[in-house]
Amino acid sequence: MTKYWRSIEEFKDPVLFQNTEIKLEVNAKRELMQQQSGSSRRDFLKTFGFSVAAAAVVASCSKPVNKAIPFLIKPEEITPGQANYYASSYFEGNEYCSILVKVRDGRPIKVEGNNLSPVSQQGTSARVQASILNLYDDARFKTPLKRGEPTNWQEVDGYITNKLGQLKRENKKVVLLTSTIISPSTKSVINRFLTENPNAEWLQYDAVSASGILKANQLSFGKAFVPDYRFEKAKVIVSFGADFLGTWLSNVEYTKGYSEGRKLLGAGDQMSRHYQFESGMTITGSNADVRIPVKPSEEGVLVASLYNEILKSKGLATFQVPASSVDLSGLVADLLENEGKSLVVSGSNDVNIQLIVNGINNLLGNFGNTVLTAKTLNTHQGIDAEFETLISEIKNKTVAGLLCWGVNPVYNHPAGQEIKQAVEGLELSVSFAERIDETAAACHWVCPAPNYLEAWDDAEPKTGSYSLAQPAISKLFDSRQVQESLLKWGGLEAPDFYTTVRNYWIESLFSQQTEFTDGKLFWNHSLQRGTFESAILKEAELNYTQSGLSDAIIQIKPSSDGWEIVLYESVALSNGNAGNNPWLHELPDPVAKVSWDNFASVPVKWAGENGIQNESVITVNGIELPVVVQPGQAAGTISVALGYGREIAGKVGEGVGKNMFPLSTIENGTRKFWLSGAQVQKTSKTYQLAISQTHHSMEGRPIVRETSFNEWKLNPAAGNELKEVHEKNKVTLYPEMEFKGHHWGMAVDLSSCTGCSNCSVSCQAENNIPVIGREQVRNRRIMHWIRIDRYYSNHAENPEVFHQPVMCQHCDNAPCENVCPVSATPHSDEGLNQIAYNRCVGTKYCINNCPYKVRRFNWFKYVNNDEFDFASNSELGRLVLNPDVTIRSRGVQRIQEKKTEAKVAGRKIEDGEVQPACVQSCPASALVFGDMNNPESKISKYLKNERNYHLLEELHTLPSVGYLVKVRNKKA
Amino acid sequence: MYNSAVRGRLIEGDKSLGQISHEILAPVHAKTPGWWYFALLTALGMLGFGAFAIYITLSEGLGAWGINNSVAWGWDIINFVWWIGIGHAGTAFSIFLLILRQKWRTAINRAAEAMTVVAVLAASLFPLLHMGRPWLFFYIFPYPNTRGPLWVNFNSPLFWDFMAISAYLLISASFWYFGMLPDFATIRDTAKSKIKKAVYGIMAFGWTGSSREWLRFEGLSFVLGGIAAVLVVSVHSIVSTDFAVSVEVGWHTTIFPPYFVVGAIFSGFAMVLTLVVIMRGLYKMNDFITDSHIDAVCRVLIFISLIMATAYLTEIFVAWYSGSPYEIYMFFQNRIFGDYAFQFWAMFVSNALVPQLFWFKKMRRNIWVVFIVSIIINIGMWFERYNIIVTSLSRDYLPSSWVSYSPTWVEVGFFVGTIGLFITGILLFFRFIPMIAISELKSVAKFDKPRNEFKHAKHE
Repeated sequence: MTKYWRSIEEFKDPVLFQNTEIKLEVNAKRELMQQQSGSSRRDFLKTFGFSVAAAAVVASCSKPVNKAIPFLIKPEEITPGQANYYASSYFEGNEYCSILVKVRDGRPIKVEGNNLSPVSQQGTSARVQASILNLYDDARFKTPLKRGEPTNWQEVDGYITNKLGQLKRENKKVVLLTSTIISPSTKSVINRFLTENPNAEWLQYDAVSASGILKANQLSFGKAFVPDYRFEKAKVIVSFGADFLGTWLSNVEYTKGYSEGRKLLGAGDQMSRHYQFESGMTITGSNADVRIPVKPSEEGVLVASLYNEILKSKGLATFQVPASSVDLSGLVADLLENEGKSLVVSGSNDVNIQLIVNGINNLLGNFGNTVLTAKTLNTHQGIDAEFETLISEIKNKTVAGLLCWGVNPVYNHPAGQEIKQAVEGLELSVSFAERIDETAAACHWVCPAPNYLEAWDDAEPKTGSYSLAQPAISKLFDSRQVQESLLKWGGLEAPDFYTTVRNYWIESLFSQQTEFTDGKLFWNHSLQRGTFESAILKEAELNYTQSGLSDAIIQIKPSSDGWEIVLYESVALSNGNAGNNPWLHELPDPVAKVSWDNFASVPVKWAGENGIQNESVITVNGIELPVVVQPGQAAGTISVALGYGREIAGKVGEGVGKNMFPLSTIENGTRKFWLSGAQVQKTSKTYQLAISQTHHSMEGRPIVRETSFNEWKLNPAAGNELKEVHEKNKVTLYPEMEFKGHHWGMAVDLSSCTGCSNCSVSCQAENNIPVIGREQVRNRRIMHWIRIDRYYSNHAENPEVFHQPVMCQHCDNAPCENVCPVSATPHSDEGLNQIAYNRCVGTKYCINNCPYKVRRFNWFKYVNNDEFDFASNSELGRLVLNPDVTIRSRGVQRIQEKKTEAKVAGRKIEDGEVQPACVQSCPASALVFGDMNNPESKISKYLKNERNYHLLEELHTLPSVGYLVKVRNKKA
Repeated sequence: MYNSAVRGRLIEGDKSLGQISHEILAPVHAKTPGWWYFALLTALGMLGFGAFAIYITLSEGLGAWGINNSVAWGWDIINFVWWIGIGHAGTAFSIFLLILRQKWRTAINRAAEAMTVVAVLAASLFPLLHMGRPWLFFYIFPYPNTRGPLWVNFNSPLFWDFMAISAYLLISASFWYFGMLPDFATIRDTAKSKIKKAVYGIMAFGWTGSSREWLRFEGLSFVLGGIAAVLVVSVHSIVSTDFAVSVEVGWHTTIFPPYFVVGAIFSGFAMVLTLVVIMRGLYKMNDFITDSHIDAVCRVLIFISLIMATAYLTEIFVAWYSGSPYEIYMFFQNRIFGDYAFQFWAMFVSNALVPQLFWFKKMRRNIWVVFIVSIIINIGMWFERYNIIVTSLSRDYLPSSWVSYSPTWVEVGFFVGTIGLFITGILLFFRFIPMIAISELKSVAKFDKPRNEFKHAKHE
């Protein structure tokens, strides 16, 4: 073998050479390299290793560790991720609803209607829906207060018990001032308190009371009560200024009855005719078949003339009454044709008017038929005159102590400022307010009551109809039920109020039923159902007497003097008791479509003549108000909503709008919510209103299709002729999608929908819809997934009004889905239009391409942003969020998505089992949801109805939402 | 001598080839003039304002703009389409005039192409920032991912749009850049400073001017030109599908693709005109960009303007003929006689009527008239996009959703910023890149001289 060598050394001893020379050579090279590069391989590894470790440490440190601790012992009824429903009762601001409270992981997050209640019949109102947010209000009292400073219950109890004892010894008068109490258990507690303190007196005060009706019925029936109006039984409904679909007395119940009496689905269905006399356009007026705009001062004359006309027609002796400006002959004919099947109501607080209305109902034989006197509505018991007496007693120091519960006279009484000063001068003043308000601020002591969702209670909204309220969460703050406080201060060592309620039910109500033989079982059963109907109807129909009627008619005088201002309760805020609720503030007025303010609704003609436009500012008796030019506003009148202008309410409600309560007056012992001879002046100012709909005409487009009852009777497809044309022209190149399992659909009966906006708020609660505030609503960025479009037709002076809820139509050929570049919005195999929020990049193309314009976009970050300081800017406010619905970040779109969680348990879903939030609590039963693939389902029947059409069906978007033609029962 | 009977000489002033190089390269080699700094500072100011507007947009959200639940596209998409339209001129010039063997293009095509690249860059900012979550823009790429089989939506015009624009930007930028290689080499060879030599040397990719290089250069130009020719038509057709594919009133119309392409070329040519008039004025390039060049562009504008007018009238006719109450409302009650009459008539007068002035030679020869008309066309084309986007969205099917839209200062600022970007780009182009394609121009110069003069020139 050839041997190669490099040097003599290697040639001589290759092994040694290898060990020394080559090593040296390599070392030299390595050193050279190291010198050149400045760092070695080792250095590199060291640096690299350190960097990676450091990066890993830094990266892992920045994430806070959140621990989720599972239940050690799982409560039997709680399954994480699954909601529990507890039956309860809502009674605030004189509004009653039996409800189910949806509780997720210990948090109440939604209010639903209780279908077992014969009163509210599964319906709710927007105010009831929004009440869940009041629980998580930052403005709630966290502790008892002593002159504005936090204190504790020991101190409170010590002082007040002492003070009450002292006043009792000195026999100085103490008044317990409450709003209407419909809870029998609470009444028993109050009675015990009163017995214990003979110097104490109990007074009920309602800001907007039914004093007129109560006093009139005192004369007519010998008992002060509100009767049970049965709108479903009436074939002719006449309302003089009563907004019974919006805010009047028991509006949810009335809406149920009203829509029941007007449901047209099959041949033979009947429809009532509704006449409405009113000044401003209320939702009730907007649904009327015949609406007659009148001044409030004309109401008395009208009612008296109607009475007279009926007398005349019946050949009875008539009275001498001033002539009315309206021809009532058609109405009289209608009424006489439907004797015993008609209903006349008046929203007036004037005893005389109510007496005449009683006379009319009596003449028409409505008592015992549509107006039941055996059952009474108990939600309005306050008598205005009594409170007036109290004010003078406080002022002249006859009263030494005042306990205020659920009342806010400093805000909602015309003499509010005087009351404030008087209360401040009292020896003892206690407020049981739940959150800050004007009256609580004037009281020395604040003993916060828990929210109704944290408390035990019961209710008897109507004679014999009972319901229970139970806590759905333990108390968030250091509050105590008022009943417990009263018992404690009365020196009555009683157990908690729960025991009181339970004992009351077992002792008093148990005997009114036969189903259960054990009191405990009865209690559990009732608690679960939430309601209880007494099996023994205790009272009989009362006998009507004409006492006071002729005097009343004589006292009717037409007196009109310049501008007449009508003060009304708005659908959203009612009398302002939930003045810090951002959902209600953001809810557009169903007619004017304005949110975040009250405003002066002025007549169209006057505005045109005087160069007044929307957002002009006028002064009404010195109060500056922005103007909304309101079609249908009676000439010479201006309507302004009550419930705004709270001075102390919390961060959301303070300073929103103007307080109109100071303009109300006391006349003949009742509060009067209109005034004449008002000073109205133009100003050069303007004010930016949050108007969410600015165009009011359908421009002749077939958006809301309508017909009359007479035409419908002849042809059930009347008004819907276009549908056939579009069906005939329906051509497509593509195969239509097939839905093998479910195919969800919804129908909206435009005839039933009153525009009450319950669905908007319900949806807001269900879907974590953020509140965006006045400026952004004005910028037309409202987030509501269901909006209610409102259109006018015919004369601007007295238009016909259309309400149309528009939500995602879940088109099977959806324009929005096709155009999304990132496929963030696909169609489900059950026909739902879905959004993958995380996938959305926010091109907004879907918004543009949605012909219904129901796509919503998060223009800002609405959660945890000081710019949007409403409910979602605090930990407390966010507790209301529904964990089933993702919170959308900035720049993400959403649709109205129906929840389909109910399809569990491996069985077929029954029709009506899946109910979206909006459908569940619709008081007018105008919304129907279900599976279109099930031919027996209610939705299939609705969609097959001749009245059904799809919105913009000519576009071939194949919506899953159907609309039923609006029918009005116009006089032929 | 090559002297077309129709058109006069393509280069005035009996220039030798050396002279041509020298004169065109003068701005690159000369000291930067004072006005240039002033203009750049102004442009950068605008750009800075735009950057601030973008910062506000990003930090606050799209709510900082005036768009809303009904009009979800506003100035952002108007300006996007406007810039993209302007960005059409370069390629249209190079390709269409190349195909039509219009030699006169050589004096203008470099500037036109530069304008294209800057305009498309400016345009591309809008689709990016009109997103609610621009940081997720990459979702629009069809890239393999771990999010399940999650793919882009190939049905969406916005996706086509994205593809078309990125392809267009890539191709037009390459076409422009590779076309400049010989000129960069010329600068490198004539530059005196070492740095300049080095920089332009790198930019010239080591161009030596060998026959083989010229051969490949021509080959590449052909390939890129061929692709670009298709893109010129496709890009704006696809942009138009953003609207045409939708169901919106006034958008859902089949005339849109050709109408948009023509409109884009129209606005592009108008912007080229604006630019070359400025160029002539500032750099005394009258010998290269002659009156007859301006004249030719003006004639083209008359022709396109007539097409535009036809398109407008066709659109109106079809709206009426369709019998659709929505379409009829949109065109007659909303655009022509309604709330948006000003925008409609601004569009119609600027684009269809004003360019008719160019029928008169006197007008075509008056540089001020030409300049002002070109600006009017640019504004008119902006109104065309306003007309399409805002009027349709603000008055569509359901009157309950009707809104009025006006931009906030942030949107305006963003637009001003892109104008700043455009001017900055153009100023840099003026200063550092030969404004006229020297090598291509020389090809025209050869024929432009009488034989004897040519000979004579050789001795210079």
